[in-house]
Amino acid sequence: MTRPAPMIEVSNLDKFYGTFQALKNIDLTVHQGEKVVICGPSGSGKSTLIRCFNGLEWHNSGRLVIDGIEVYEGAKDIRELRQEVGMVFQQFNLFPHLTVLENLMIGPMKVRKIPKAQAEETARSYLDRVHIPEQADKYPAQLSGGQQQRVAIARSLCMETRIMLFDEPTSALDPEMINEVLDVMVELAETGMTMVVVTHEMGFARKVADTMVFMEAGQIVEISPPEQFFIQPSSERCRLFLDQILAH
Amino acid sequence: MSDLGISRSRGQELPKPPFRKRFFGSIPVSVTIYAIIVGLIAYGAYTGAQGMGYNWQWYRVPQFLYRNTEVGFEWGEIPIGLVATIKLSVTAFLLATAIGLLVALLRLSGLVIGSAVAVGYLELIRNIPLLVLLYLFYYVLGPIFGFDRYFASILTLAVFHSALISEILRAGINAIPAGQWEAAKSIGMSPYQTYLYIILPQSVRFMLPPMTGEVVHLIKSSAIVSVIAVAELTTFGRNIISDTYMSFEIWFTIALVYLVVTLILSIGVSHLEKKYAVDQ
Repeated sequence: MTRPAPMIEVSNLDKFYGTFQALKNIDLTVHQGEKVVICGPSGSGKSTLIRCFNGLEWHNSGRLVIDGIEVYEGAKDIRELRQEVGMVFQQFNLFPHLTVLENLMIGPMKVRKIPKAQAEETARSYLDRVHIPEQADKYPAQLSGGQQQRVAIARSLCMETRIMLFDEPTSALDPEMINEVLDVMVELAETGMTMVVVTHEMGFARKVADTMVFMEAGQIVEISPPEQFFIQPSSERCRLFLDQILAH
Repeated sequence: MSDLGISRSRGQELPKPPFRKRFFGSIPVSVTIYAIIVGLIAYGAYTGAQGMGYNWQWYRVPQFLYRNTEVGFEWGEIPIGLVATIKLSVTAFLLATAIGLLVALLRLSGLVIGSAVAVGYLELIRNIPLLVLLYLFYYVLGPIFGFDRYFASILTLAVFHSALISEILRAGINAIPAGQWEAAKSIGMSPYQTYLYIILPQSVRFMLPPMTGEVVHLIKSSAIVSVIAVAELTTFGRNIISDTYMSFEIWFTIALVYLVVTLILSIGVSHLEKKYAVDQ
């Protein structure tokens, strides 16, 4: 069986902050349509890794190819790459001076130069998909955290992205709002989007992930399919971590 | 509540504040004291002027505000001077904002040379007195580059105020959280688009109050260009006095005109601020 084309190829990647090595010798391949969930203790480099995938951080050595585009500091096509790769942040980072609809339209209109009417049509269709069409004319501050995060997901999707990165998308949410965001992410997964998700929501991971990645101290400790990952992880450290977060 | 043991019977009196505080804090007493102080100052000025034999001629002042002649209504020198002052200030302010934005962006550029140039410029301008700067532009740079006194005064005011304006802009830009930059980047915006559509529109509400202060400051410091005889409010005041010798009346009037203009400006902007605050 031939696998789909690789969308993200990471080999031998290192990242330093001064003398501190945040990422050590990372190797990872994500294929088209694959859902990868990355977990690990805080400070293990999960966020740093996915922030490298759209050039919010730059790696210091190794190779990183996303959708055929080689990523490195100073790459000329980095802005084209960012249009292909959507990012959802822990703190939502919506634009507070723009309405929900304007938040969704500003990227397509200013970056992709799509006419306003068409951008609005796309924006409304994605607002439907994240189940908040009625909030189009409100400002982000008038929405709940869960609604804001769904708007943030829709904002990325409006750029017609081919890969979606999620950096702890539910960590800043009140517990009763986590599910509405996860539901949207599950629906998105069902459309065949390539997704890399940093999260501790193991229920979501079991449901959606094709591949589980466990990181610690800047290294990938374990890569395995979820059935193996949750039942018998090969590393002791990963087993301990899972015991802790699944204890309740 | 009482079963918690922390209740206090309704209406129980608290000890009164000391008499001194109640007396000076009451509105009638405050107003009276205020009126007495202002009255004393006015009386002192009046008797002082009487003492030096000053001949008050307030009735001659209105002709410098407006005149009704045979040909009809015409504005006097003071409103004409005020319009000139406003023109000068607006031009200088626009130029100062442009320079200030450039300096602020240089400083935020992250380039060592950029911030070195910006800091050098700021320190230089901030440590030269405004009057000396004016002389430099008018007597030194003017002849070298061939510009006139009006242009020299606009440049002086713009350069002097650009230093503080650039700091206001920089603070406003820095007040926007890093997440906004990251979000704009992640949808593929260029730095220019990010500033234009994301950062600056949000910075406005942080910048508005200090910028108003700076405009008021600029209008007031524009009076200094009267020393090189550029036609504006203060210069017109000086001219009227040299014709009429009514220095007390005219200087009081000129001061009042500046006061009214800057007060109107401050009140207008504070309304604008409230509007922005509601929108957010």
